[in-house]
Amino acid sequence: MTEPLLRADGLVKHFPVLRGVVFRRAVAEVHAVDGVSFEIAPGETFGVVGESGCGKTTVARLVMRLVDLDDGTLTSDGEDITRVRGEALRKLRLKMQIIFQDPFASLNPRMTVGDIVGEPLHIHNMWKDGGPRRVRELLDLVGLAAEHAERYPHEFSGGQRQRIGIARALALHPKLVVCDEPVSALDVSMRAQILNLLKHLQEEFGLTYLFISHDLSVVRQVCDRVAVMYLGQVVEVAERDALFDRALHPYTQALISAIPIPDPELERKRRRIVLQGDVPSPQDPPRACRFHTRCFKAQEICEQIEPELEQRCDDHPAACHFAEPRAPVVESPA
Amino acid sequence: MTDVTYFDPERDSARPVIAVEDLVAEFRTEAGIVRAVDGVSFDIAQKEVFAVVGESGCGKSTVALSVLGLLPQPAGRIAGGKVLFRGEDLVSASPARLRQVRGDRIAMIFQDPLSALNPTIRVGEQIAEVFRAHREIEPKVAWEQAVELLSIVGIPRALARAKDYPHQFSGGMRQRVMIAMAIALRPALLIADEPTTALDVTIQAQILEVLLDVRERFDMAILLITHDLGVVAGTADRVMVMYAGKKVEEAPALDLYRTPKHPYTWGLLGSTTRVDRPRTGSLPQIPGSPPSLLVPPPACRFAPRCPRVQPICRTDYPELRKVDVGQVAACHFAQDPGWGPAPEEVPA
Repeated sequence: MTEPLLRADGLVKHFPVLRGVVFRRAVAEVHAVDGVSFEIAPGETFGVVGESGCGKTTVARLVMRLVDLDDGTLTSDGEDITRVRGEALRKLRLKMQIIFQDPFASLNPRMTVGDIVGEPLHIHNMWKDGGPRRVRELLDLVGLAAEHAERYPHEFSGGQRQRIGIARALALHPKLVVCDEPVSALDVSMRAQILNLLKHLQEEFGLTYLFISHDLSVVRQVCDRVAVMYLGQVVEVAERDALFDRALHPYTQALISAIPIPDPELERKRRRIVLQGDVPSPQDPPRACRFHTRCFKAQEICEQIEPELEQRCDDHPAACHFAEPRAPVVESPA
Repeated sequence: MTDVTYFDPERDSARPVIAVEDLVAEFRTEAGIVRAVDGVSFDIAQKEVFAVVGESGCGKSTVALSVLGLLPQPAGRIAGGKVLFRGEDLVSASPARLRQVRGDRIAMIFQDPLSALNPTIRVGEQIAEVFRAHREIEPKVAWEQAVELLSIVGIPRALARAKDYPHQFSGGMRQRVMIAMAIALRPALLIADEPTTALDVTIQAQILEVLLDVRERFDMAILLITHDLGVVAGTADRVMVMYAGKKVEEAPALDLYRTPKHPYTWGLLGSTTRVDRPRTGSLPQIPGSPPSLLVPPPACRFAPRCPRVQPICRTDYPELRKVDVGQVAACHFAQDPGWGPAPEEVPA
């Protein structure tokens, strides 16, 4: 295998829960990310999927070095970036950029579109070198017109704002773009446009994506490989088709079976796994297998021994003592 | 999963629970008057799940609020049309009469249950309050009923949980509390405005099941407002698609997905990411963005984005026309034989 563009090894991030007014003290810890490892190869789209609170956005922010790791290492192109700061961190941003979920909150309302897209060039002293031309080029790339540069974010729809965010992320020719729920806030028709645009840009510039999403149907559309997270841990990693055809972990199987299908006939005759209860608090995750409180396969061992994420019965690793493939979404007629 | 019945002409020819006729709803804004709902009609039969689908700003939530007379004041108003609840017009009803109907005969649940619940009152108390507001009832009996409702909507240990406050519940459990409150007085119609949009997918499945279960149990009709064609497919008997304030198509659920007749409907279907069909390299997409309602396109509102647009679409407004039993579409060509999506528009 070629050298991975990014390697994450045993990432850990716990956030303190603070109490008290004058004397703030930590009374508990939220285990946001608890031992997550993965590798992303150049040019691939690696998906991280899971429900709210599973830690996927924290993974995105750790990778971008927007928050510091408690433990684990991050390597990019063979270089340890776990603790880089200051100038070295600024250099890192030339290689890694992020697209945020909320196109309303992530664009400064007082800046023109041209200033927003051009800001990375200013920061990295590249403006003098044909800045205005680069801005026009970027706007054109994402399907906006040159005259849009003079306008302000509020004059644009959600889909167009997300295009502005993408243009900004591409300004410095990054290799890796972290996409944190880039289409979740968008309407269906805008969503397809943005997904197609991301794909087109990837082909054009050989981009690598770390794609964070809660929506498995979106993940299936764009990702080459996928990690499924639950309560701060990766429970299964697989190539896209293997994941959707032969999911091994009961949580992945339940997630896939819960995705609504826009086909009334199919939707009403599917066998659905309906999970009981809610996701437990990440402040106090269940012992051993964290999924055992909601799992339909749980046995005694699941409360006692934590299942490692390893190869079990199929071609990809899953963290379950009873990993076993389940029929895909649509069973082919026997 | 609860058994779901499809469109049944015999049952549905009986008097509808609610009939909306030519509804026009407007908002005054700084930039001018926005006609958020423009001449929309539909009716919902007893026990029927009727879905209204569309994207942000299409007017679907305004339809829901208009039915209840809850348009934000003073900016919004119903500028025309009728909302007939079992034959009685609610648009012209007195505020007192509206208060009687609202919460009692017609109830509503919202996307965000946290902002719809009072954070300072125990949930059991909030449900009991519904009884006290509309019925003469002993406080103790009201409380008991509240506890029973909580268990009907699947809240474990209902007796103990009734004493908890909203913040002690998860998002999914709060939505169950909202449903319990809404069905307290056995309404004839439950309006659910994006009831699962804020929830995770595994929780969404649970809540939809609760909705279908209470519909069955209490013979309620449900007006389901959503942007999610997947959610609609699993729950609705009939579907209305809205675009830019207009009704563009209505059909029994099966027919809408199998033979969509409005290019916007099939555009939506085609651009939806799904897990049941082979992947295509790029998704079919609807170009452009929805129009501004301040200056909507003069004729067909979808014309600027329509892949099949013809000169007539830019000059004449297409009225709704019947294309099949129970199916209407607002497209000049909907009745043409063979009219429908090309294979690349909605890949099979």
